[in-house]
Amino acid sequence: MIQRVMMPKWGLSMERGRITDWLVSEGDEVVTGDDLADIDTDKINGTLECPGDGVLRRVIAVAGEEVPVGGTLALIAAASVPEADVDAAAAEARAELEAGIVAEVAGPVTGVAEVDGRSLSYATLGSEGEVVVLVHGYGGDKNSWLFVQEPLSEGRIVHALDLPGHGESTKDVGDGSLDTLAASVIGFLDALGISRAHLVGHSLGGAVVTAAAARAPGRVASLTLVAPAGFGTQVNAGYLRGFAHATSRRELKPHLAALFASPDLVTRQLADDLMKYKRLDGVDKVLTTLLDTLLDGLDVAPLLSTVDVPVAVVWGREDAVLPAANASALQEVRYVGGAGHMVHLESPSSVVDAVASVTG
Amino acid sequence: MRTISYREAINEALSQEMARDESVIVMGEDNAGGAGSPGDEDAWGGVLGVTKGLYHKFPGRVLDTPISESAFVGAAIGAATAGQRPVAELMFIDFMGVCFDQIFNQAAKFRYMFGGNARTPVVIRTMYGAGLRAAAQHSQCLYPIFTHIPGLKVVVPSNPYEAKGLLIQSIRDDDPVIFCEHKALYDTTGEVPEDSYTIPFGEANVVRDGDDVTIVAIGRMVSVAQEAARELAATGIEAEIIDPRTTSPLDTETILESVEGTGRLVIVDEASPRCNLATDISALVAKEAFGSLLAPIEMVTPPHTPVPFSDALEDLYIPDAQKVLNAAKAVVEYKR
Repeated sequence: MIQRVMMPKWGLSMERGRITDWLVSEGDEVVTGDDLADIDTDKINGTLECPGDGVLRRVIAVAGEEVPVGGTLALIAAASVPEADVDAAAAEARAELEAGIVAEVAGPVTGVAEVDGRSLSYATLGSEGEVVVLVHGYGGDKNSWLFVQEPLSEGRIVHALDLPGHGESTKDVGDGSLDTLAASVIGFLDALGISRAHLVGHSLGGAVVTAAAARAPGRVASLTLVAPAGFGTQVNAGYLRGFAHATSRRELKPHLAALFASPDLVTRQLADDLMKYKRLDGVDKVLTTLLDTLLDGLDVAPLLSTVDVPVAVVWGREDAVLPAANASALQEVRYVGGAGHMVHLESPSSVVDAVASVTG
Repeated sequence: MRTISYREAINEALSQEMARDESVIVMGEDNAGGAGSPGDEDAWGGVLGVTKGLYHKFPGRVLDTPISESAFVGAAIGAATAGQRPVAELMFIDFMGVCFDQIFNQAAKFRYMFGGNARTPVVIRTMYGAGLRAAAQHSQCLYPIFTHIPGLKVVVPSNPYEAKGLLIQSIRDDDPVIFCEHKALYDTTGEVPEDSYTIPFGEANVVRDGDDVTIVAIGRMVSVAQEAARELAATGIEAEIIDPRTTSPLDTETILESVEGTGRLVIVDEASPRCNLATDISALVAKEAFGSLLAPIEMVTPPHTPVPFSDALEDLYIPDAQKVLNAAKAVVEYKR
């Protein structure tokens, strides 16, 4: 069997991507999850992970080439598949690419749930299996899971949620307490008729899903905490305040360096997108309110001790927002080298593996 | 995120601000098309349908005016001094001539002449630009004239996202704002948040990163520069595109920073070539970043003539991607 490696759809608005570099060569043996190529989109740069096992037999789209979502980039097949078959498949794939014929790649489907008088926006990928809900961090949104949601959606229904005050949800967080946010997550499950879900939370979202599990134990099947807030005492308050108070891209961009191990990920596009969010009416108040929640001695460890479900923890070794030392009180932490606070962007497979370890 | 047109983005900005603040009113020729006469009310929503739907949504706050710019622009300025936040629609920027005194000598001067105590929160929305076969009296790019006057703020949005955020900022601003909409952009589309948001004045947008040449483009010329940049990239030249978004105030810092990085500058301005934004920015860079320049500055503008009515001549008149490409290549390949 010859498997096609296709241009992925990272996020709702992605239509095409450009291969900046192939990280493997024709003839290399590859397995699922291997890094294959660096891909640049108008929003974000990411690394394409291998969708199957075998040998990378042909590269169809070369470095520098721009390819629409669903276009064939390479062919993977077992070493035993004859050259002639691979050649024929490569010629066909190349001809289709040049004719603009691409496979249908289903992107996430967005929806809106009404919870506690607020509209909560979410994006869903996957059609059957266990339900997973992804909850972003402070100032983030559902799109921050773009590299994680797609691999997780194989055999699972994965919802990425915009917390109140974030993304396309209503820009109001009430008192901004953990309780209010956790109630929104449970309310989201109610609104979608989900009796039990696996919750995944990053940063503030990690604290939120822990509080949700403590509040409604029967509704939560497992927790995956990605650099969660509320454990340990080390918080980069300078970053949080800088993010909350920046009024221009110029002010914001230097603070964003704290998010990643690799400074290349702090692009102008990222800063622009965050400023677009920060300039929405009501966001200023949202961020200031939540800043109090985050900096006022947030302690989630006692809540976690009441939770009796499988828990996975992932932490970037180079986290400069919530340093990895905070994880010392937690058990079986998966530390990720070369990753900062945004582990799910810098090392998506670590997060996918962690979620898989508790969801099956 | 959903995609809407430039026209819809402007309509949404007006609608959301009218809902938020009842002192916001809209007035102009046919803004409520047909109100008070036999026939359909709200038949037009202005000559290009931008205000359509507001008349019924906000009863009494969308006013049809006589065909007298001097009268209704004067009335809008007067209402602004008395506490309203009027948005007057002046159909074509070419007609500003008949209400110059109200704008230049009154609205622009109040804050200064009354010792900072007067506020004039008026927005004058107006259409500019060539390309619609509308001939010499309906096609000009007159934003440089307003940029020239201290006391006015001048906004030139280049896409739907900018149009909505800049118009909301214009309405909330306490000074007179000339809001310039390019008529060839109304049907262009882009991603626009449903929430209200503002874009501050005097902050340029860096539309594209590049190391080889800086292209500053105004209004509709931003998309022309983007087209040129795509072709330049295919030849290995990476252009940085800067959209100033407002010509007054002007974000000089972003322009200078970019030229300090690239050493080369092309300015694309659809306004007549004498005393326009291209000459203004050119003078700024020649003075403040002279030491960084590796080549003479190129200005891509129309010729110094009225906008021709002939289709062929009008097409020749408007700066296009090929002209921008040629200018960028000229500065990149320049040898002392």
